[in-house]
Amino acid sequence: MDLLIELFSEEIPARMQPKAREDLRRLMTDGLVEAGLTYRSAGAFSTPRRLTLAVEGLDAQSQPVREERKGPRTDAPEAALQGFLRSTGLTLEQLEKRAEKKGEAYFAVIERPGRPAAEIVAEVLDRVIRDFLWPKSMRWGSGNLRWVRPLHSILCLLSDEAGAQVVKLTVDGIAAGDTTRGHRFMAPAAFAVTGFDDYAAKLRRARVMLDPAEREAAIRQEAANLAFARGWEIVPDDALMTELAGLVEWPVPLMGVIEDRFLSLPPEVLQTSMKEHQKFLSARNPSTGRIEGYVTVANIETPDHGATILAGNQRVLAARLSDAAFFWQNDLREAKSGMTDWAEGLKAVTFHAKLGSQADRVERIAALAREIAPAVGADPALAEQAAKGAKLDLRSAMVGEFPELQGTMGRYYALEAGLDAAVADAARDHYSPLGPSDAVPSAPVSVAVALADKLDTLTGFWAIDEKPTGSKDPYALRRAALGVIRLVLGNGVRLGLLNVIRESGARISSQLSWATYIRVADQLWDYGETLGFSREEIEKAAARLATEAAQKGMIVSHMRWVDGEKEVFADYSGDLSELPRDLLAFLHDRLKVHLRDQGIRHDVIDAVLAMENNDDLTLVVARTTALNDMLMTADGPNLLQGLKRAANILAQAEAADGVEYSFGADPKFADTDAERALFAALDAAEPRIRSAVAAEDFPAAMTAIAALRAPVDAFFEAVQVNSDNPILRRNRLNLLSRIREAGRLVADFGRIEG
Amino acid sequence: MTSPHAPSAAPAGNRPRCFQDVILRLQSYWAATGCAVLQPYDMEVGAGTFHPATTLRSLGSRPWAAAYVQPSRRPTDGRYGENPNRLQHYYQYQVIIKPSPPDLQDLYLGSLKAIGLDPMVHDVRFVEDDWESPTLGAWGLGWEVWCDGMEVSQFTYFQQVGGHDCRPVSGELTYGLERLAMYVLGVEHVMDMPFNDPAAPIPLTYGDIFRQTEREYSRWNFEQADTDMLFQHFKDAEAECDRILSAADTDAAGRRIPMAHPAYDQAIKASHIFNLLDARGVISVTERQAYIGRVRALAKRCADLFVTTEAATGDAA
Repeated sequence: MDLLIELFSEEIPARMQPKAREDLRRLMTDGLVEAGLTYRSAGAFSTPRRLTLAVEGLDAQSQPVREERKGPRTDAPEAALQGFLRSTGLTLEQLEKRAEKKGEAYFAVIERPGRPAAEIVAEVLDRVIRDFLWPKSMRWGSGNLRWVRPLHSILCLLSDEAGAQVVKLTVDGIAAGDTTRGHRFMAPAAFAVTGFDDYAAKLRRARVMLDPAEREAAIRQEAANLAFARGWEIVPDDALMTELAGLVEWPVPLMGVIEDRFLSLPPEVLQTSMKEHQKFLSARNPSTGRIEGYVTVANIETPDHGATILAGNQRVLAARLSDAAFFWQNDLREAKSGMTDWAEGLKAVTFHAKLGSQADRVERIAALAREIAPAVGADPALAEQAAKGAKLDLRSAMVGEFPELQGTMGRYYALEAGLDAAVADAARDHYSPLGPSDAVPSAPVSVAVALADKLDTLTGFWAIDEKPTGSKDPYALRRAALGVIRLVLGNGVRLGLLNVIRESGARISSQLSWATYIRVADQLWDYGETLGFSREEIEKAAARLATEAAQKGMIVSHMRWVDGEKEVFADYSGDLSELPRDLLAFLHDRLKVHLRDQGIRHDVIDAVLAMENNDDLTLVVARTTALNDMLMTADGPNLLQGLKRAANILAQAEAADGVEYSFGADPKFADTDAERALFAALDAAEPRIRSAVAAEDFPAAMTAIAALRAPVDAFFEAVQVNSDNPILRRNRLNLLSRIREAGRLVADFGRIEG
Repeated sequence: MTSPHAPSAAPAGNRPRCFQDVILRLQSYWAATGCAVLQPYDMEVGAGTFHPATTLRSLGSRPWAAAYVQPSRRPTDGRYGENPNRLQHYYQYQVIIKPSPPDLQDLYLGSLKAIGLDPMVHDVRFVEDDWESPTLGAWGLGWEVWCDGMEVSQFTYFQQVGGHDCRPVSGELTYGLERLAMYVLGVEHVMDMPFNDPAAPIPLTYGDIFRQTEREYSRWNFEQADTDMLFQHFKDAEAECDRILSAADTDAAGRRIPMAHPAYDQAIKASHIFNLLDARGVISVTERQAYIGRVRALAKRCADLFVTTEAATGDAA
């Protein structure tokens, strides 16, 4: 049989449709399968007014099920028997008694006959509708049902060769039927359908394109055609395309032209304003490189071919762009005059209540960028200047209106202020990389500021103990950590992060201890009076804060009034000495995730992270890659086994003997060829490994250690380490320790699995 | 309990000629659907939602259907009458129906037709926009309605008001009258919009009536309002609200007369005074939240009291 379900409602937010489609498909099919119905295929669709599910090849009946359950023994206490009866829903007479090894026991045989699909569909759909998880749902009228917006009708139809049958089902007063409606304006009348094909075809005649993918393709195609006719191209924006497809049932793209007076606005401003306010696609003129037109997607075909609609949109656009032009002109004036007002204004912008203002933060980033600059090949003075300018655009009117233009506008304003191009680029690029696929800046000044920005963020939130936990990462610290990793690796930056973090933490602590105290004390005055505290109470609380902050020399990180209790709590962030190690461990975790995506196992990384200088991520990755490559060679797994075997024997012997075997292996006590060969191999390999590691030539170091594989194998083949002769035994153990030490020069092999 | 009935369609192609024509058409349209056409509330409010006909009447179970114009004041939006779209004093048209009828969207679309916006020629869309009023402790789900890319109304199904779940749910429609009328009339600057019939013996534009007041109030709101006095007024309104709410339900003669409406008036007053102080720039970011919280606390208590009056009068549906 085939099943068709349509849930017809008032307009479903576009952003919720993709997940709702998928949820409907999954919940329904899971429920059907669980109830014993199998199906061949299922597809879900949505428009702004409907969620639709089509299931093909559904069983007409569920399979009968026979289930046997063993119960308590017949001499078990009455309570056990009652519990069993309750859980099976049977009576005592219906149970069977069977002889078992351990005596006689009750058995329940539960027969569930096959049920018709309609019955199961009705049950499952009722439950799916009632339990549906919308991001936000609501009630309406006098009903109790919750849906994303008022639900108007349910279409639920089972069909086979014999015909179609409405599934009997009523949810909160809405009885399922076989009718739906077309386009809200172009074909509002209700009509009945007999199955999915009939449904989709009739909807199309009623000016509804059911499949969102088809609507999106239609928009893409028509928008491209409209642009092409003018020699333009549509600026790609997949997210907007998908949203547009979720906003219309019958897409009618219309092209408009931006008035000349607005063409001097930066293309990003035009694009953002049109997208955010009006959901327009931008059209670029390739010959001028400017955005000169737009495509708006209407939901209706009109007798005037959209002329009225386009005129209205044009009018709204003009008003919006007039605002944008006004912001732009004002901002340029401020930029030209040096942006001093904006710098002053950053003091009034709170970055985080416990981490001070944006101005505080800029000061820290500037110092950090200066410090990092030499490591990334940037001029320290330029890096510092760039960091100081990087956040100024947060005070511009344009970024106030369009926060997503932060950085982009910063670059324009820095250029207008006559600053170095590298400084201007850093204003734009220092937020990058934002996502895992976002490009990594490579200009030295940008890299310095981008690293400083992210490291300050991480250190700051670590200092106030706001680390990500589980799925909660409100300050996007994982993203910041990945940003640091990608900036370092992408540019081959050699930087000991521990020192940088330590410096950064110290700066935060010294800058904020008093600055924050003063601010908190100010708040005490403001809040206290508003909340009706007496003057003495406020003074007492402020004095207590002052004393405690001074005594601890730490960040006053938190303060709150407890309603009615008239109490002030001030929390202090604790000891910062553990911070650098802790934050580095977090960066290492993120590095593991990053490298795992490139096919490197976490235990291989662990083997390298246990080595020195593990805060130099470029070094860590060079080592890890070489180690990983070596382990992939034919010698790799055997060498690993040999090294681990050596380490294990040593560890046992050392534990048993209570000593460490670390030196003194002497070839003169070697009494087999295999031992002598191993001495010779170690003598040859050790200096080569050392010099390769010193030169950071890790592939060469790996080749050198791999050369030990054959002699080590031969040694274990031929030699019994735990000889009865104590001298030979000690010598062999000491020889093993040379193997262990050779391994330790490149990695902690003990951490590698296998 | 009857749901309002759909009125006959307005004469097509017959567009409004002036601002008051738009208002009159909305009034007749919603009157024809069965709404009680109320008059504006006689206090300064920031939006039509503050009218007790919406805030308080959306609470409890009694059916309700009302429509009204509400002059609204947003002191921070003042532009001395110079901005084509922004005013510190403007008009909202508000419709509130409880329980929300199943055909509320169609009723609404009928109102657009009534003022000359034919949805067969224009592109009318319901775009997700959830509504929340931190001052009233209220929220709802719905849309902003777009006509050719312009927001012409707010359409909300109230879920909570004053911290109380709305049962049944009210449907609320809010039209920004100036913007809507400017669009219908094809006017670019609000002050140029004809207020009465342009062919009248004495034609008046919106500017003839409001340019002077916009200038004067903008100056007072931004530069002159006595902040010490306003702070005192805020405290007074808050104190009086608290006093009314704390008074016994029964009067001297032993009659049970809870005073939800007089108390709510004081909450409205406090809210508007807060807006004035905000326009004067004397409220810091941190204080803002505290003040909004204080007004919300008042509004919630008024809602609490109003809800008890329904049980007392015993005429619930």
